[in-house]
Amino acid sequence: MSLNYITPEFEIKRNYDRCISCRVCERQCANEAHIYDEDSKIMLADESKCVDCQRCVSLCPTHALKIVKNECAFRENANWQSDTIKEIYKQASSGGVLLSSMGNPKPLPVYWDKMLVNASQVTNPPIDPLREPMETKVFLGKKPSRPERNADGSLKTDLPPQLELSMPVMFSAMSYGSISYNAHESLARAAAELGIYYNTGEGGLHEDFYAYGPNTIVQVASGRFGVHEGYLSAGAAIEIKMGQGAKPGIGGHLPGTKIVGDVSRTRMIPEGSDAISPAPHHDIYSIEDLRQLVYSLKEATQYKKPVIVKVAAVHNIAAIASGIARSGADIIAIDGFRGGTGAAPTRIRDNVGIPIELALAAVDQRLRDEGIRNDVSLVVGGSIRCASDVVKAIALGADACYVATAALLALGCHLCRTCQTGKCNWGIATQRPELVKRLNPNIGRERLVNLMTAWKHEIKELMGGMGINSIETLRGNRLMLRGINMTEKELEILGISHAGE
Amino acid sequence: MKRIFVDEKWCLGCRLCEYNCAYSNSGVVGMSKALKGKKIYPRIRVEEKGDTTFAVSCRHCEDPMCSKSCIAGAITKKDGIVRVDQEKCVGCLTCVLVCPYGAIAPGENGTAQKCELCIGNSNSSGEPACVGGCPNKAIVFEER
Amino acid sequence: MKRYVIIGNGTAAVGCIEGIRSADTDGRIVVISAEERRVYSRPLISYYLEGKTDLERINYRPDNFYSDNKCEVLYGKKAVSINSDATSVELDGGETIEYDELCVATGSSPFVPPIEGADSVKSKFSFMTLDDALKIEKSVNKESRVLIVGAGLIGLKCAEGLKDRVKSVVVCDLADRVLSSILDDECAAIMQSHLEDNGVSFMLGDSAVRFEGNAAYMKSGKTVDFDALVTAVGVRPNISLVKDAGGKCGRGVTVDGRMATSIDSIYAAGDCIESRDASCGDVKIMALLPNAYMEGRCAGINMAGGDCRFDDAFPMNSIGFFGLHAMTAGSYFSEKDGGETFEIKKGKSIKRLFTKDGYLTGFILIGETERAGIYTSMIRNRTPIASVDYEILKNSPKLSAFDADYRRKALGGVV
Repeated sequence: MSLNYITPEFEIKRNYDRCISCRVCERQCANEAHIYDEDSKIMLADESKCVDCQRCVSLCPTHALKIVKNECAFRENANWQSDTIKEIYKQASSGGVLLSSMGNPKPLPVYWDKMLVNASQVTNPPIDPLREPMETKVFLGKKPSRPERNADGSLKTDLPPQLELSMPVMFSAMSYGSISYNAHESLARAAAELGIYYNTGEGGLHEDFYAYGPNTIVQVASGRFGVHEGYLSAGAAIEIKMGQGAKPGIGGHLPGTKIVGDVSRTRMIPEGSDAISPAPHHDIYSIEDLRQLVYSLKEATQYKKPVIVKVAAVHNIAAIASGIARSGADIIAIDGFRGGTGAAPTRIRDNVGIPIELALAAVDQRLRDEGIRNDVSLVVGGSIRCASDVVKAIALGADACYVATAALLALGCHLCRTCQTGKCNWGIATQRPELVKRLNPNIGRERLVNLMTAWKHEIKELMGGMGINSIETLRGNRLMLRGINMTEKELEILGISHAGE
Repeated sequence: MKRIFVDEKWCLGCRLCEYNCAYSNSGVVGMSKALKGKKIYPRIRVEEKGDTTFAVSCRHCEDPMCSKSCIAGAITKKDGIVRVDQEKCVGCLTCVLVCPYGAIAPGENGTAQKCELCIGNSNSSGEPACVGGCPNKAIVFEER
Repeated sequence: MKRYVIIGNGTAAVGCIEGIRSADTDGRIVVISAEERRVYSRPLISYYLEGKTDLERINYRPDNFYSDNKCEVLYGKKAVSINSDATSVELDGGETIEYDELCVATGSSPFVPPIEGADSVKSKFSFMTLDDALKIEKSVNKESRVLIVGAGLIGLKCAEGLKDRVKSVVVCDLADRVLSSILDDECAAIMQSHLEDNGVSFMLGDSAVRFEGNAAYMKSGKTVDFDALVTAVGVRPNISLVKDAGGKCGRGVTVDGRMATSIDSIYAAGDCIESRDASCGDVKIMALLPNAYMEGRCAGINMAGGDCRFDDAFPMNSIGFFGLHAMTAGSYFSEKDGGETFEIKKGKSIKRLFTKDGYLTGFILIGETERAGIYTSMIRNRTPIASVDYEILKNSPKLSAFDADYRRKALGGVV
């Protein structure tokens, strides 16, 4: 019906002077946007199917392809923008909730970009990281507020369990199911090689990856999928997922069509059954309840593993974090509203939650004010895009950062934001075997290691410039940051001065 | 010596190797110019069986049947590389009859051609074109 | 330092030289060459007439082959006898050469049947050596009518080679089909009609019974006028040297899997020997270039003290005429011999796969010959049909018909 017709978002531009009809684009497009016409021996396209994942563009041997925004436009309207109009058309035809994936794409403020980093001049000389030792190692877990000594005067060294990171970055939770086996293998092997951690998400831990346990954070979420004693013991730390930045306040839903084979076995649910993670943990309605779960997990693992509580950055995040710190958790992970997801209702993704920068500053300040900052480590995520975002997060008070979108980009993701279709042409957000094999973990691992190695170099350079040779001395050092283009209120929450001050 | 190895686990069946091969051996600069509108005669071929795909090219056998069987003495092995002397080959295709991998096929002019590791090809960049162009490292060039 | 002597200077001799040198770089090698030429590719003489090769490119090995391999070649010399007690070879000039290890690679000679009046034909040739080809080349022109007696591989390749040089080519054969040694009736008919389409005429089931000058009187009563006559009815292995020395011979020289004759230190290889056809078990003469090379090489390695066996020879041919290729290998067992045949026909192309007792024993391919070596290797390796996906193979030879483990080794390992 013509009312149902929605103009394609993209146009596939093929330079026929270059196209050799090799059909690589056709073979590589799981959305079947490219068609070979046997009679005319030329390539055609069905643009309504194109999601602009750029797979064809990347593989076209003659670079004959370009995906451009469709010029066919609605009459310009600042209020009724074309995306809004199209969403209405879609809902009018389907009657359903709109789904999207990856992070919030709306032009909301990115505070990282409004903060600038200091550098030393004259009086406090910068340090050259190529010549001087530079420490990027961090330990996550409860720390004593002051050195404590035994009766004989010796230093007490029996700390609660700690996670040792070679650099203040970890790969955040992405479940086996939402991403592929090969994506998981890439993350696991890279984490092990880098001396950092990756996170199972709520999909359980595939038996093949127990070998990477010392670099794995195992997650316990509201659906408790794949959780058993062996799973809890396999990881280096346990993360209780209370919320996710991309979809605070709601649970998760992995459709039954993706619960096949190993995914079903790993999640410990029957094949074909929908994996529904409830919005709340049905046993947690208070900080006291949370404390029970934290200690249950510690009990189950002989108090050998730090417990992380992950929450989405929402309005009362400072008070929430304070409660978590008092629940016995060792680490608090906060996920900002730009965080990614394999699938979320569009309205939730784009309108719920707050920026991680503000949440982090508020939480760090609150915990300091209450004198409990050392009781927990803070890990922040939700669109940490580069080394300077990491440095700014540390300076704002974080102990470490979680990255996922950046890691997926390293694996080949082109942010087409259609993970929910399960037809990821890059072999990441899919369970279709012929697509999964497109991500060779030997390549994936190498690219993740490369990315993190590059970030580590950049972190060291930024630190050196500030005259700082240990990442731990940068933590919470907000004097190293200045704001630009911000209101007094924003500066106040971030606890930083304006540039020039 | 370095050889081409294929791991079907990572082969996507995209057939880029076939086109990169044909281009590398075309001697023409610019892939579109070299291949547009032409039937290609690649020296590496992708086989498909259901979801399984893999590329096959000359294995440069330790004891090559093709070289021993060539009635023209046109196939020789030197420095580990089995090559066909296109000047000498008369296109009898005895090599096709004996190659256990099906890695030799007649080219456009009917003479036998096979992977020669892109050695001396003006378009190649130091490694065989199929290897350089494989998007998933299903084809590698290494010592084993 | 060992003294190696090789009688013959063809493909088997080259194989023998290369075999010796793979194991012994020092020993003295003497090659006795009846032809006054360095080694060339015999099967290429028709391609020479066709213009697909020339006197330079037809050489089977590069110019420096003998010097690189430190061989002494006695050109224009014929071995007349072997004295196995004295371990020496006597040459036609009377001189003798002593050997420690001897390889007899004397090849075969064209068989010319005695036909009445043959002496009256001035322009008559065999088609075996380069000299034969050069003589034919000299004697024919655009007006020549050529009669070829024999529609086997040699006769037909000669016909193809001459076709564009002469006015007409007529091929006759007593057999009622072309290529009777490698093709069955139906396949032969396809080839014959293709040859006819390209201007070659046939008189099959017919042969010359009498010549008179430039006329052949046929069994059928017909008369064929010609300007040049080529006899290509077959070849006979040159076994007399070994036979006279007391070596065991059948139709060819008898050898074991190491190419050793029944006489100590005497090996034989190439067209002069008979050996066991691995595809059916019969002992026969398989005078084919690939076999000759491999037999020679095997003999050479053993002569130099190595240990090599070549006991999986079987007949195989790749032959094309005017762009249509035929490939055949192994043995064709009919149903009454317990065999099974799978067949696909499509226009000028045909495929016949012959199986017996769960193995591929032979095949005939005409037209579509792509990757035929995969079939050949199944015959050579005695690959059980049950271990492959024969349905795929029926359609076309593919490695995907084999199990993944085989492919892992074949494509991911050193072979």
